[in-house]
Amino acid sequence: MLEIKELTVNVGTKEILKGLNLHVNAGEIHAIMGPNGAGKSTLSHVLSGKAGYEVTSGSVTYNGKDLLEMSAEIRAREGVFLAFQYPVEIAGVTNVYLLKAALNAIRKHKGLSEVDAMDFLTLVKSKTRALEMDEKFLYRAVNEGFSGGEKKRNEILQMAMLEPQLCILDETDSGLDIDALRIVADGVNALRAENRAFIMVTHYQRLLDYIKPDFVHVLADGKIVKSGGAELALELEEKGYGWLEQA
Amino acid sequence: MSANNDEIHHLLNQDYKQGFVTDVQSETFPAGLNEDIIAKLSKVKNEPAFMLDYRLKAFRHWQTMPSPDWAQLNIEPIDYQAISYYSAPKSKDNAPKSLDEVDPEILEAYKKLGIPLAEQEQLAGVAVDAVFDSVSVATTFKHKLQEVGVIFCPISEAIREHPELIKHYLSSVVPVGDNFFAALNSAVFTDGSFVYIPKGVRCPMELSTYFRINASNTGQFERTLIIADEGSYVSYLEGCSAPQRDENQLHAAVVELVALNDAHIKYSTVQNWYPGDKEGKGGIYNFVTKRADCRGENSKVSWTQVETGSAITWKYPSCVLTGNNSVGEFYSVAVTNNLQQADTGTKMIHIGKNTKSTIIAKGISAGKAQNTYRGLVKVIKNAENARNYTQCDSLLVGDQCGAHTFPYVEVKEPTAQIEHEATTSKISEDQLFFCQQRGLSAEDAVSMIVNGFCKQVFKELPMEFAVEAQALLGLSLEGSVG
Ligand SMILES: Nc1ncnc2c1ncn2[C@@H]1O[C@H](COP(=O)(O)OP(=O)(O)OP(=O)(O)O)[C@@H](O)[C@H]1O
Ligand SMILES: [Mg+2]
Repeated sequence: MLEIKELTVNVGTKEILKGLNLHVNAGEIHAIMGPNGAGKSTLSHVLSGKAGYEVTSGSVTYNGKDLLEMSAEIRAREGVFLAFQYPVEIAGVTNVYLLKAALNAIRKHKGLSEVDAMDFLTLVKSKTRALEMDEKFLYRAVNEGFSGGEKKRNEILQMAMLEPQLCILDETDSGLDIDALRIVADGVNALRAENRAFIMVTHYQRLLDYIKPDFVHVLADGKIVKSGGAELALELEEKGYGWLEQA
Repeated sequence: MSANNDEIHHLLNQDYKQGFVTDVQSETFPAGLNEDIIAKLSKVKNEPAFMLDYRLKAFRHWQTMPSPDWAQLNIEPIDYQAISYYSAPKSKDNAPKSLDEVDPEILEAYKKLGIPLAEQEQLAGVAVDAVFDSVSVATTFKHKLQEVGVIFCPISEAIREHPELIKHYLSSVVPVGDNFFAALNSAVFTDGSFVYIPKGVRCPMELSTYFRINASNTGQFERTLIIADEGSYVSYLEGCSAPQRDENQLHAAVVELVALNDAHIKYSTVQNWYPGDKEGKGGIYNFVTKRADCRGENSKVSWTQVETGSAITWKYPSCVLTGNNSVGEFYSVAVTNNLQQADTGTKMIHIGKNTKSTIIAKGISAGKAQNTYRGLVKVIKNAENARNYTQCDSLLVGDQCGAHTFPYVEVKEPTAQIEHEATTSKISEDQLFFCQQRGLSAEDAVSMIVNGFCKQVFKELPMEFAVEAQALLGLSLEGSVG
């Protein structure tokens, strides 16, 4: 589904990703761990098409197409979803309005008609309930006045509604309390599917207790320096990253 | 500047779609202003003698007044002798008696603007008075309104046919010498709309005037007078546009509203004058005096305005809350882009007891535009239990524009309660990226954010206008489920 080859990315004159390789197949869950400032959010942003990053070399192929050629909204409509590390607030725009607008934009791209208002309400309410969120959140302005954990849960609600193919979760577990972590993990697990892949950026093993990854990668200094199975995360928890940089 | 910011600017810089010129034969006075011109104007309009006296008095007063100078507006001096004060489409008669007599070019012009005047296409439930340059060219649904006693006609007709109402109410809210532009308007106003709603009548349809400046080098000085007699209700809509021209054109209107006991007037404006080009060349100078007198007890006036056009806008729809328990409301969205300057706001003057006012002002600035809110809340002594709530929010797009807020408060009554809230926010690149990451185009994202920002005001507009207002802001209307 996703093939990243020798990706090098600059912000300004600073090189942040330095020849990164990653291969993700449909149905897989990849965890990306690594020290602060290694370039994990940068990778998430470059994949989702945020402006301000300059790709100096390498390629990214998504479902056989050149991902880097697509605008951010086309990537989203083609099924790339980013759950933000720091979700933004939008005053005056209700959650439900955003969800409907986003869903319709994606449906239109797929050649489908606009979602029926009643079907939409039924759907959004059931997803809200599944994430144990109060329905009142639907009618509040996007993330405005939400607590840190509520914002993260709201990102997962959007993901559940939009049913993307490639889900990139940037530290979705940070800031969640124990119960919320379980609820969010259940939400993600419910979305696991043959035709869907996940890239989960995290600092903590505890998320991986709930969502078992197929692969764990260590991103340090702009590159994947080590890859392994779920057991690698346990090893990292125990030893930290220092031993990898020396290797 | 980043890619996203460029996109926002592109979206806000779409061409002015009402900028076409209509080719009609017109009769236009030579430029210049003096007593002879005024006499000629009064004669062309077939006015009774009292009107000429009124106009000459206003003109003499105007000559003694200094041209105003406002701190926040950057205004080139206006040469009042270079303007023509009368321009009317030539037709067989002075004013067309029926739509058949209206120049087809003019009907076509209004059709292009989305205001069909022809009988078979008229907007259901909306009576329209169309003012083209200096004269009213058509009023629709006149007879249907007459059945319930509502008078809705060009003010020039009201001057001839209802002189007693004109004598009693004209300038009773905005005195001739109120300000420079009001004095000028009183001297030279050519047309506009007149509305009288009799006692206890709820006007059966929305009344609407559409102002169109077509001729070049003319000023438009229209005059609107709305009287809601006891216990009546009316909703009035005003729309405006002008062709795209290089020179500036002057628009100096006066609008007076009178609400008697238990009457309610809802006045909505969507103003889309030509704003000038990106270098600030051309565009309409919009200096308007709009004032309502809530003269009766329990009377209410609501102003709602969406201001997107004009090179320069200077406008403060106001309410004088004379009657006890009267209510004044002001809901405003003002958008400025490029080199536009807007200085708008409201005045709420609390005179009666238990009077209440609400002000919700939303300013959006982009490009190098300057957007100023200037508001006055005044509570005189003995206006017991007066209450005001003011909320001013500014939204900035880009970092070269400005938003300024000047809330003035003058309270002479200890029981008054005044509340004021103000916020300034910016459409951030992170917000845009977030929306795009959810599949929305940048255009829809800006629309959605701006729409959200303006929601409190848009919900006050009548349905047809809300749609137009959102379209004007480049918004695609997709009703929120919420
Ligand atoms: N716009 C920018 N300007 C300058 N430096 C930047 C910019 N964006 C990212 N960087 C730098 O790039 C490096 C990688 O940042 P990134 O946010 O990708 O790290 P991360 O791996 O997600 O870290 P964390 O675990 O703390 O979230 C950091 O050193 C950061 O300061
Ligand atoms: Mg990060």
